[in-house]
Amino acid sequence: MNKIILIIKREFLSRVKKRSFLLATILVPLIFPAVFGLLIYLKVQDEQNAEQEAVQVLIEQEDFKLEDTKRYKFTEVPGPLSTAVTAYKESSDMALIYIPEFTIEQPTGFVIHSKNTLGPSTINGLENLIEDKIRDKKLVVYDVDPETLEKLRTRVSLESIITQEGEEEGRESSAGIASAIGYVTGFLIYIFMFAYGGQVMQGVIEEKNSKIVEVIVSTVKPFQLMLGKVIGVASVGLVQIVIWIALMGTFYVAIGAYFGISNPRQEMTEQVTEQIAATADVDVNAEAIAENSEVTEIFSKIESIPFGYILFSFVFYFLAGYLMYGALFAAVGSAVDTPADAQQFMFPIMLPIILGFMGMALFVFDDPHGTVSFWLSIIPLTSPIVMMGRVGFGVPAWELILSMVLLVGGFVFTIWFAGRIYRVGILMHGTKVNYKILAKWFMMKN
Amino acid sequence: MEILEAKNIHKSYAEHKALEDVSISIPKQSVFGLLGPNGAGKTTLIRIINQIIEADQGDILIKGEKLNPNHIRLIGYLPEERGLYKKMKVGEQLIYLGELRGLSHRDAIEKSKAWVVKLDIKEWWNKKIEDLSKGMAQKIQFISTVMHEPEIIILDEPFSGFDPVNANLIKDEILELRDNGSTIIFSTHRMESVEQMCDHIALINKSQKILDGTKKEIKESYKANTFVVEHNNELNGTLSGGYELLENSKLDENYYQSVIKINDGTGPNELIRNLIQKVEVHSFVERIPSINDIFIAKVEGKSHE
Repeated sequence: MNKIILIIKREFLSRVKKRSFLLATILVPLIFPAVFGLLIYLKVQDEQNAEQEAVQVLIEQEDFKLEDTKRYKFTEVPGPLSTAVTAYKESSDMALIYIPEFTIEQPTGFVIHSKNTLGPSTINGLENLIEDKIRDKKLVVYDVDPETLEKLRTRVSLESIITQEGEEEGRESSAGIASAIGYVTGFLIYIFMFAYGGQVMQGVIEEKNSKIVEVIVSTVKPFQLMLGKVIGVASVGLVQIVIWIALMGTFYVAIGAYFGISNPRQEMTEQVTEQIAATADVDVNAEAIAENSEVTEIFSKIESIPFGYILFSFVFYFLAGYLMYGALFAAVGSAVDTPADAQQFMFPIMLPIILGFMGMALFVFDDPHGTVSFWLSIIPLTSPIVMMGRVGFGVPAWELILSMVLLVGGFVFTIWFAGRIYRVGILMHGTKVNYKILAKWFMMKN
Repeated sequence: MEILEAKNIHKSYAEHKALEDVSISIPKQSVFGLLGPNGAGKTTLIRIINQIIEADQGDILIKGEKLNPNHIRLIGYLPEERGLYKKMKVGEQLIYLGELRGLSHRDAIEKSKAWVVKLDIKEWWNKKIEDLSKGMAQKIQFISTVMHEPEIIILDEPFSGFDPVNANLIKDEILELRDNGSTIIFSTHRMESVEQMCDHIALINKSQKILDGTKKEIKESYKANTFVVEHNNELNGTLSGGYELLENSKLDENYYQSVIKINDGTGPNELIRNLIQKVEVHSFVERIPSINDIFIAKVEGKSHE
């Protein structure tokens, strides 16, 4: 037992002391949001600075006209269509829209010609423009006043509250935030299983190649060495996560302070915005207020999320999921001589991980309590990712417990299983290994 | 007193037998040579003693006690395939390996420091293994093998990778450890080091022990009653029936070297008496087989069967 602790200590320290660990630990929480922010910024910039696109229109319908917008400048061209198309081919305009004669009850036959395939958002935008025009015509035909129409529009938002037996007050739930949390945490576990699993494998291959393993296994059982390595790397991961959570918590507080979430400041900002709204350009400030209140709303929703519960699940599924796959990665590392040889054995390990991730993305967000979601979150191979995806939506306690118990069983099994391959593999050099040989090692007595 | 006994060890892997009914006994404070061609089963036996693998049948006794995890502390093992953690510093590495062998943290620091001072490599303490030459790394590995003062030191090809100066240094260290009470098990193909250092030998070939005993006994038993004589005048055809002239060569003008085998069971004095009647004897030496000769004769003889 003492020796396992020694091994864990070495595995932990040798990784944590590396400069790359420090860099990754500090930079990742900075880089990810920064990259994300940059992309959003670029997109916004792109939209704002986009030049007006020239679009030709051939209109055969009487009394129909497309007005220029911020994005499009429409030029009417003469027909018939064939001449217009020929002329368009020689022009440098973005597209040619053909609007035939139509009835407003059944408007059909619209065509857009373009030189390149147009993005769906472009086509949607143009469709909306035409639809709006036709609607305006309908209003006139049916004699509806636009103001009345506006009054007819009603907006309802369902506030979702989860009420379960045993809970005094219902808690507010938010599908959006829940799925975001599920996605992020599930994704993190997905990444961690690969990243740290890969580290375990790398470590095993290094030990095997540097031949130190023979000395080590003359002092400890191969199983102890494997377990020590897997746990050592896990503790590195845990420390990294704790640091990340701490850093992100700091960001959260900082951003909250910036948007005025903490109460005294919030009041102040509200006052200020009110004042500005009264005096300055109403439009801009209304937007600002709306934005601010939206942010406040998001924050209040975030605060309504049971973080302790999610954090606990996250740490549990991270550790247990990692232990399960980490041991398998160790077994693969023990069987091969170079990382390149490991490729062939990686596939069956990666498959369930990827399956779990796809399952989370495809099923859980669509129907977090559906049959597929349920089973994927119970079966140990996929549960670390899928259950994290579900946790934000609220999972019945028995399902969570069942999933956790099975996962513990799962990693105990894979560690045992991997250990049997590992103990033989680490002492074998230069053997061309295939699944048959792995099976033989597995069956081999000590 | 026997510090280590292997009794009827059998071990087979899926396709082949690695050890078949191998028994050896190693006296305390000896240098025991475990010899054999590649693939004979030496490493398997060593791994069994080190509890890396288990024998299918048979027992290993250390000080009369069945092999168990407490014995790890008593053994120092230098495998043939050397290796250390490349990214670890010399000092950290020695302390770690010492602790794995059962030293306390404090003892591990103390002993590893004493050894780097002894081998005059103190300035390497904070260097990473990857920055050292191969020979330097070998020294570190040697220290890691013996620093916990093991009673049994198992060295698999200890001199490979050392230059002659360092090989000598290590040889002296090994003999010193022996004099201080350790038993050395020495697996090698390098017969000159066996000749120099070992007092007991076991030869393993094709998974079986084919020879075993003290170096002296073995050499005695392989003596062929053959003598090398340098003399004036030719000997040709002048020896009686009890002797066989194996070789006869002219070294100089009227100066010859002959190799004579005694076949009738008489001693060397009888031969000399015979010789001096015929020739003038300048030198008379018994031809004693080297371990190398015995090794080759045994291994080849065996494979011819």
